[in-house]
Amino acid sequence: MYLDSDRRPPITPQLAFRVAVIGGLALIMFAVIFFRLWYLQILSGDKYLADANNNRVREIKVEAPRGEILDRDGRVLVDNRVGLAVKVRPDEIPPPGPRRNALYERLAKTLRMKPAVVRKSVESQFKAQPFVSATVKQDVQFPAVSYLAEHARDFPGVEPEAVFLREYPHHEIGAHLFGTVGEVTKEQLNDARYRGVALGDRVGQSGVEYSYDRFLRGENGKQRVQVNALGVKTRDLRETESRQGRNLRLGIDLDVQEAGQAALGTSRGAFVVINAQTGEVVALGSSPSFDPNIFAKVIRPRDYKRLSAEENGKPLFDRAIQGGYPTGSTFKLITSVAALEGGLITPETPLFDGGSLTVGGVTFNNAGGVAHGSLALRQALTVSSDVFFYRLGLAAENRGNGLLIQDWAHRLGLGRLTGIDLPAEGQGLVPSPAWRNALYKKKLTDRPWSVGDNINLAVGQGDLSVTPLQLAVAYATVANGGYVVRPHLGQRIEDADGRVLQEFETPSRRKVDLDPAYRQAIMDGLYGAANLPGGTSTEVFTGFKIPVAGKTGTAEKGLGRADQSWYAAITYPDDPQYVVVATDEAGGFGAERAAPMVRQIIAALYDAKDDGPSTVSRVPD
Amino acid sequence: MAAAQSAFGTAVKGFREESAARIVRIDVLLLVAAIGLMACSIYTLGTATEDDIAGSPYYYVLRQSIYGGVGIALMLFTARFDYSRLRELKLGLYGVTLASIGLVFLLGAAARGSRRWIELPFFRFQPSELGKLLLILALSAFVIDRIRRLQDRETTSRVMLLALIPAIMVVAQPDLGSGLVYLAIVITILFVAGTPWTHFAALGGIAAAAVAVVLVAAPAVGVTVLKDYQVDRLTAFINPSDNPQEEGYQLEQSITAIGAGQKTGRGSEEATQTRLDFLPEHHTDFVFAVVGEEFGFAGAAIVLSLFALLIWRALRIMTMSKNLYGSLIAGGICAMLMFQVFVNVGMTIGIMPITGVPLPLMSYGGSSVLVTFLAVGLLQSIHVQARETAAAKGREMII
Repeated sequence: MYLDSDRRPPITPQLAFRVAVIGGLALIMFAVIFFRLWYLQILSGDKYLADANNNRVREIKVEAPRGEILDRDGRVLVDNRVGLAVKVRPDEIPPPGPRRNALYERLAKTLRMKPAVVRKSVESQFKAQPFVSATVKQDVQFPAVSYLAEHARDFPGVEPEAVFLREYPHHEIGAHLFGTVGEVTKEQLNDARYRGVALGDRVGQSGVEYSYDRFLRGENGKQRVQVNALGVKTRDLRETESRQGRNLRLGIDLDVQEAGQAALGTSRGAFVVINAQTGEVVALGSSPSFDPNIFAKVIRPRDYKRLSAEENGKPLFDRAIQGGYPTGSTFKLITSVAALEGGLITPETPLFDGGSLTVGGVTFNNAGGVAHGSLALRQALTVSSDVFFYRLGLAAENRGNGLLIQDWAHRLGLGRLTGIDLPAEGQGLVPSPAWRNALYKKKLTDRPWSVGDNINLAVGQGDLSVTPLQLAVAYATVANGGYVVRPHLGQRIEDADGRVLQEFETPSRRKVDLDPAYRQAIMDGLYGAANLPGGTSTEVFTGFKIPVAGKTGTAEKGLGRADQSWYAAITYPDDPQYVVVATDEAGGFGAERAAPMVRQIIAALYDAKDDGPSTVSRVPD
Repeated sequence: MAAAQSAFGTAVKGFREESAARIVRIDVLLLVAAIGLMACSIYTLGTATEDDIAGSPYYYVLRQSIYGGVGIALMLFTARFDYSRLRELKLGLYGVTLASIGLVFLLGAAARGSRRWIELPFFRFQPSELGKLLLILALSAFVIDRIRRLQDRETTSRVMLLALIPAIMVVAQPDLGSGLVYLAIVITILFVAGTPWTHFAALGGIAAAAVAVVLVAAPAVGVTVLKDYQVDRLTAFINPSDNPQEEGYQLEQSITAIGAGQKTGRGSEEATQTRLDFLPEHHTDFVFAVVGEEFGFAGAAIVLSLFALLIWRALRIMTMSKNLYGSLIAGGICAMLMFQVFVNVGMTIGIMPITGVPLPLMSYGGSSVLVTFLAVGLLQSIHVQARETAAAKGREMII
């Protein structure tokens, strides 16, 4: 057995050589591996560690739905619906060139858009925010999204994202209040208001969406997912849940809001209903209105243009808080306060109304040309004697610094922001010598200030610019005895189950000293105007069950243009509850258009059955 | 057995003592290397696969431990046998190799587009793994039969043909990695036996021509020899970022994992590449990347050192063998281990193509673990036989 054919001395030089060759190979092999490991782990370790750390774990934002906006009775004014947006990730889209263009073309075909539009939109978004996914299309139909998901390979970097889109079930009603939601801007990110908001988050950009954004916005959740090289989610790693925004309950009464909008119809105008004591806004509307649902998606430039066009009445423009107008005779309230408090007259001082007043060669006429004879303040307000107030304007001009009316207008909230919880409020203007003379110096007007300006101001004509809301605040101040209320929409913050989380207190009111006797005289005059024979709006309110005091106004807009109709009312003047102001830019006399509107609104406010005034009143004021 | 029977002092002892003596004569360092690698494997899998199968964090560890335990038992059992007897069984061994690989085509369970396994009640048997060892035993025997005619080209051609038949069969499964291992084995056996270098030069020329045909000419005329993914894999390592979504992805993830391990590793909890599944096949083909990520350069060095120890002992056993058959077997096993280690580790660090070759004793998988332990058992057997022969001759072996 020892002489086996393969038996040989234990080791021959040849075998030793061959083993050495294999051993040498092994040595080379291990050396190569060690050098490569040294290179990877020791020399380049930091780079690979960084790569590993931001490897394809992706944080996907889980957008929190915004809170709902409710009216004072809990009826939903604004809620959410889920839409699908198609986005493109900047880190996964093919590099610029034919492959990227081909992607745009495929996307455009799938989403039924124009390739050029897709490219332009995506590229501009990447330019603005290079590291944020660009939205190709909001609110994409489900079949298109599932097609994209099934063909993920052909759409590198494209991903659908569920987004909550705002929904406005009442369409035109209250459209101006709510405002829009949009992606946070770079400037906003630096603002403390937006702490906790990340690039790409959507925040309220106007209306109460803006004012109460910090409550409505909620907290976005984060989902850490692992994705494979195709960007397809392969595993959920960790999730922090999103928290829906809080619900915001407004003081708005949907019924009153609807009534106001209905009363305005297609006219250009506005209406305001505020609580006379607290300033709580019950209704606030502007016409023409628009359907805010078109803002839920990215609005098309064409639509935006249409909604901003002058010939369409600029539906986006909120006349109630941004529209500054002369207020006509409704301004006589302010003139009355100024004259009484300034000592020009007492409630009983009689002034003669001969139908016109001539000052410095210029004749100022009563509207309608009637002469009321000698009358005191109450009667002057009731019949809306212009001459009575011309005389006060003249007297104010010649007394002290001549700014008596301006000062009181300012005290009562005109020419300054009311502080309502809405952005972009208009400030208006109470014309003064300083203002006009400065303009004149810059050659922006043809003449310096004259006494005629003050006479016009006394009856709310001329350069006066007051928003309907400002007028309502002035009336509320007189009604409640001197508290300049700050109008506010927000009532409280609730959770989804309606539990109150935070009640907004009535904002602090500025106090102006009004002599109760003077105030009463004015209130009497306003009561007379709506109730007594000869009152400018008595006809309108005949047969109306709710006690109302109110003042008509007719602002002259210049030759060839219809007069602007105004009405300011105080309900239950003995214990004033609400102030209602309505205006129609081309409504004619106050009694003709605005007063019936106010009647309609008040009827809704008190749930009163009312058929409106029996006739069209054309009483001038 | 004649050697054992005539061995001085052992004839009178009982079988028990005889086998005890044989166990004593095993190569302890080889044993340490094999068991050390197995331990590394179980430890690494334990940390890397906790999250892989929801609800059973120990799925892979438990199975790998069982394979390891059975493997060690098989190794010790094999060590007691005289491998020389296997020479007579060469035809049977070769037949079993072809038959079992052929059986895969009949019964093979499809997995990821490959048919490599035969489903057994308790585990999936992969004949191409066992084939590596059977081929070593059979080819070595064939070579010994023609040892005096090694200069003939016919000998080289025949042996090559014998190896190419199963190699082509496994490549068709498709299991390119195992096919390449078979080639490495046959070349090494021929080399150790003493085939003239001119034959190797000729083989090299033929191989170059074959590669050209397979990769360039055949696709040009529409014949697909290698599947697309195999070609992708083979070429991906040249420039992984060319194709980050396919084969290059695995490669990039693997390199990132290893690089991120730095000197001492990220620890098992922080090893995101592994734990978050970026690293594909981290329990099988890419287990070395897990070692690199979790335990860093230090951990990788330990594992590589154990492999170096294993290969050193195999080389040494080649020189010790009592007969040429043992040397050839040891050479074949050495080639099998070296090739797999280099190709697998090289693949994870981006210097070799992705070929789906497991890392012996480290990668999870029953067939691979058992076969590798069997191979180590054969090495032990050669060692034991050599020591016994030496003892019988009254000569001292140098350890």
